[in-house]
Amino acid sequence: MPETAEEGLITSDQAALPTALLSSDTRAPARSPGRRWRGYRLISPIVAVGLWQAASSTGILPASKLASPASIAHTAYTLVVTNSPAYGTLQASLLASCERWAVGLAIGVTVAVLLAVITGLSRIGEATLDPILQLLRGIPLLGLIPLFIVWFGIGELPKVLFVVLAALFPMYVATFAGIRGVDAKLGELGQVLGLRRREMIRHIVLPGALPAALTGLQLSVVFSLIALVVGEQINATSGLGFMITQAEQFLNTPVIMVALIVYAILGLLANGAVRLLERKALAWRRDFGQ
Amino acid sequence: MASAPDPVTSAPAASVRGLSRAFAGRTVLAGLDLDIAAGEFVALIGRSGSGKSTLLRALAGLDREVTGQLSVAGPVSVAFQEPRLVPWKTVLANVTLGLRVADPQAAARTALAEVGLAERASAWPLTLSGGEAQRASLARALVREPRLLLLDEPFSALDALTRITTHRLVVALWARYQPAVLLVTHDVDEALTLADRVLVLGDGRITSSSPVTVARPRDRDHPDLVALRLKLLTELGVPAGETN
Repeated sequence: MPETAEEGLITSDQAALPTALLSSDTRAPARSPGRRWRGYRLISPIVAVGLWQAASSTGILPASKLASPASIAHTAYTLVVTNSPAYGTLQASLLASCERWAVGLAIGVTVAVLLAVITGLSRIGEATLDPILQLLRGIPLLGLIPLFIVWFGIGELPKVLFVVLAALFPMYVATFAGIRGVDAKLGELGQVLGLRRREMIRHIVLPGALPAALTGLQLSVVFSLIALVVGEQINATSGLGFMITQAEQFLNTPVIMVALIVYAILGLLANGAVRLLERKALAWRRDFGQ
Repeated sequence: MASAPDPVTSAPAASVRGLSRAFAGRTVLAGLDLDIAAGEFVALIGRSGSGKSTLLRALAGLDREVTGQLSVAGPVSVAFQEPRLVPWKTVLANVTLGLRVADPQAAARTALAEVGLAERASAWPLTLSGGEAQRASLARALVREPRLLLLDEPFSALDALTRITTHRLVVALWARYQPAVLLVTHDVDEALTLADRVLVLGDGRITSSSPVTVARPRDRDHPDLVALRLKLLTELGVPAGETN
């Protein structure tokens, strides 16, 4: 009963203001317990690292299999401050990897959006392009490595292309679905308002597809990072993957761990960036909940 | 040259002859004839499924599969049953959408002020109340200075109080801008409150046309309106005694 009463108020002009005040009043205390628990979320990771360190220090976990957190931290520090002949510096490797990732992701996402606009807006486009894309999507990406080496050698091209392909398909599928899912009633509205085709795409179709496209972008970021990790280990001469292959030869597990942790941080940061983008771009939705 | 009556404005706002439409073999409009004079406020009532919205969509140019003659004086604006505000555009941007005048922003702000929404210009549509959203939709329709304004049950989702204030607003705006209006509604009282003429749609045609001559604002209990209400309800197949 109270819920229906509140919903009923939303439709009446006179009640709009009190309703808004009411909801912000009742929500503020309801949200703070969630904030309060945020500090507690740090406990389990800290305990896990502590146990790991204890197991390493007491010799239960041999350093040859898995380095201790302290030695990983020390290795990371050394890799940053010294330019070793075997590994170079961590920041140079990070930069090389980020460059590949950024270029591949940008190309993959751009091409995906262009393809989705073509197939999403025209039946001919869909009939000609979509079957090929669906077919290619079915090929397991990792299985392409041997072919890529034969076709493109072991330079930068196959590595970036690998990232491009990994980013492309999730973005394409999500954006296509987003475009097709735009409310037909808004299309009619655009027609009644006399929108030209370009205006319709710009004001109705693309913004309408954005929520779905951003979900696709999240997947693209994750998949392209996996592709980067795998692709970089094909005869790389720079980047985090190069560090890992070098360390493998020297059986240097701390360096491998450092590179993996940096990859993980990259993934978390990119995911956070997409979420931030989502919050900014979909502000019209967020305000609805407030 | 300016003194002669403007032939454009005195021409009918809409003229329909022999309009037909069938959906999957089911005839909805069967050779319908309709004339709406310039500046005339016409209400169209009918049972649900009688084709009211089909006729309105044809006049709006949203249905390409109708047959018959259809001539409509432009520009035409539509306010839909659900306000159909574009959720990712602010109220102001909704009003300026597709608006081709010298200063769209200024025109839109004026229109929003007229419907009492000047302060919500930068709000997101999802934060508006039902009445506010419908008013924004009206502002978006009126800012185009239509010669024919099509209203597709725009008040049906509003609560009783908001409906009354929105009715008054529509009459005031109509009086000021003088567009011809076709209001599609299932509510006989609403038709009698607002319109110059009430049409009944049945069996795919206009089955009756009743002028309403009572001066606005109208008292619901005016004897002419009471008599007309009974007549219209009977035509719609509602037996006497069930009207309350």
